[in-house]
Amino acid sequence: MKPTRVTNAIRTLRFAHGEMTQAELAERIGVTRQTIIAIEQGRYSPSLEMAFRIARVFAVPLDDAFGYEDGLE
Amino acid sequence: MTFQEKGVWVYGVLTAVVSAVYFVFLAGQIRTTAVSEIGYQIPMVAAIVVSIVLFIVASIAITIASPADADKADQRDKDIDRHGELIGYYVVAAGCLPVVILAMVRADQFWIANAMYLTGVAGALVSSAVKAIDYRRGFWR
Repeated sequence: MKPTRVTNAIRTLRFAHGEMTQAELAERIGVTRQTIIAIEQGRYSPSLEMAFRIARVFAVPLDDAFGYEDGLE
Repeated sequence: MTFQEKGVWVYGVLTAVVSAVYFVFLAGQIRTTAVSEIGYQIPMVAAIVVSIVLFIVASIAITIASPADADKADQRDKDIDRHGELIGYYVVAAGCLPVVILAMVRADQFWIANAMYLTGVAGALVSSAVKAIDYRRGFWR
């Protein structure tokens, strides 16, 4: 299974929002802290629904929270 | 480590240890006794029951150790579980073929029963290993 091409700015967004902790973000979207860590480190690509929930927490469009790298092989 | 990941490790390790004890017992018997004479039935049932009981006890111990995380499973846990179970299913499906062949050639029921048990063990071990790797290395759709 190839590593995900989905990138994210969750770490940056957390710090921009009062240094929100991973545990706090996890609590707000209803997942475990380990899942937030896995998403931040690119070890798990969230479902579209979870991605929207994360973007909503930071009140940003989906594109500001997540990206997709073209040409990565 | 999440509650679900701990469960994966416990299940994998228990399956490996209990089945290893059972197969070591069988290996000792095969050297000295004709397979049709080996009383494998009670040890096999005991191995299965002991695995289940130990898993329940270990799950209770994990819950007591961190009650806040008990039985929590999010989308990632479910995705990883589904992936591991799917790969484990392929192993069990492939393992059924030798069992059918053993039945077709009228092999001793000792071989049929143990091939079946080995298939189940292999499926459980592969499934646990896939889940443990998904948790550590990462899981992507």
